[in-house]
Amino acid sequence: MLTCTQVTKDYAGVRALCDVTLDVAPGERVALLGHNGAGKSTLMKIVLGLIPATSGRVTVAGAGPGSRTAREAAAYLPENAAFHPALTGREQIALYLRLRGEAAAKAGALLERVGLGAAADRRIGTYSKGMRQRVGLAQALIGRPRLMVLDEPTSGLDPVSRREFYAILDELARAGAAILLSSHALTEVEARTDRIAILSKGRLVANDTLGALRREAGLPIQIEVAARPGTVGEVAERLSGTRVNGVRVALHCGPDDKLARLGQIAGLGGLIEDVEVMPPSLEDLYTHFSRRAGE
Amino acid sequence: MSRVIAGAGAEMRIAMRNRWVAIAVAMMALFALVLSAAGSAPTGRVGADALSVTVASLTSLAVYLVPLLALLMSFDAVAGEVERGTLPLILTYPVSRAEILAGKFLAHLAVLALALAVGYGVAAAAAFAAGPGAAAGLAALARLGATSLALGAVFLGVGYALSALARRPGAAAGLVIGLWLVLVVLYDLGLLAAVVADGGGGFTTQVFPWLLLANPADAFRLYNLAASGAAGVAAGIGGAAQTIPPAWALGSLLAWVAGGFALAILAFRRVTP
Repeated sequence: MLTCTQVTKDYAGVRALCDVTLDVAPGERVALLGHNGAGKSTLMKIVLGLIPATSGRVTVAGAGPGSRTAREAAAYLPENAAFHPALTGREQIALYLRLRGEAAAKAGALLERVGLGAAADRRIGTYSKGMRQRVGLAQALIGRPRLMVLDEPTSGLDPVSRREFYAILDELARAGAAILLSSHALTEVEARTDRIAILSKGRLVANDTLGALRREAGLPIQIEVAARPGTVGEVAERLSGTRVNGVRVALHCGPDDKLARLGQIAGLGGLIEDVEVMPPSLEDLYTHFSRRAGE
Repeated sequence: MSRVIAGAGAEMRIAMRNRWVAIAVAMMALFALVLSAAGSAPTGRVGADALSVTVASLTSLAVYLVPLLALLMSFDAVAGEVERGTLPLILTYPVSRAEILAGKFLAHLAVLALALAVGYGVAAAAAFAAGPGAAAGLAALARLGATSLALGAVFLGVGYALSALARRPGAAAGLVIGLWLVLVVLYDLGLLAAVVADGGGGFTTQVFPWLLLANPADAFRLYNLAASGAAGVAAGIGGAAQTIPPAWALGSLLAWVAGGFALAILAFRRVTP
């Protein structure tokens, strides 16, 4: 649905994007991660046809970015979605519906879907940031978009709203929408996306599933063992781990040694109260890939 | 077209809530009333009917007020969207920049039309109340109404262009006030000074009429004064009105309507969100 091939963007002599190649297939949810200024918003704006790429090729639904076909296929939720404060939520969504050639009467149902049913006839000027973000989501849902480009979509949303937001995204993806979203909240995209793409200083430094990125990075796995009272010293010694406190022992091992280590722990039998295996988090992977690219 | 109308509907709501409709209507009505009261005095001297005199006075009023109203409504059009951060989203919709501007244009033009109808209506009512025979000036009033709207359209377009060039509402407001001052006030003063200095030479006869035609505000004034034959009751550029055919002045005004809007589209296309 979306293909970016060797996209490069220069701003007044500064390279904002360099040779970025990234595809998003129908039904796929791809998270675009990166520091501030890594080029996430720039890439999104190029995809939407808001700014031209310096070189490279982008297609949206088989057409050029910004073309009528592409604009009809794509929906956008900008970072910090803003609307005219004098319009009500219903009027604003009605306008967006009509701009997409849909009936203005559908506004009520859309606002209901994002939890703004009760506030639909209040002016957007009175809305909180989270409510404006919901208006942004409501307009992005108009007309079953085939590509959704969401820039920091959950910023300003409370945890419950975030869960509802990802539930809506899952539904859209099941219906075949391709979703490209950027986020700073790594833990939430970890479970909610199919693929992770990491931008660092304008370069795409990683682009794969979370599992594959973990294997590629080969970061140590952390195992925490809780010992029975009074046995922590013995457990630490026999597993050659580090005592964290009175009951816990921390171990590190490579991905390939994981089973062997767990076997050792199981061998201690009665000395052990509990075991927790913690694979490298997305934060760790993100740091790893960003740093590796910097070297 | 349905997209343009959708945009116009939203803009109209915004104009009503921002009190622009109320401000424009109140301003036009107030000035029309003041002019009617002040303009009823010279009727006896010139011998024209009350409404024709009122139209001549309204022409002088409209030439200042209509561009000002149009510029005040238009300066925020693009710069405001940039400032609020609403522009990138709207530009990802399947709607062209020309369609976005056309929606704003329709709505603002409707507000102007309403203000003009109320203002000129008040003036006409006052003229009819002042005495019989005012019906003779109705054609002049209709011409004035239509060309006032055209004059407003010119300055709406130019206002959008400046709004797009400035990209910040504050800067855009400064630019449109500057433009108003130059085109509506200083331009005529400059021409007047040049004519006086020229003392009836080549400039006055060859260049001056064309310079008047080139300015939409002057073209508007020329057309209304010449067409209504009321040049006699108007001071200032009345003399020049007799040397230029009214059709030319009207042509210049209409060309400016198209040119102003084209300028707005060109400037808006250069804005990168």
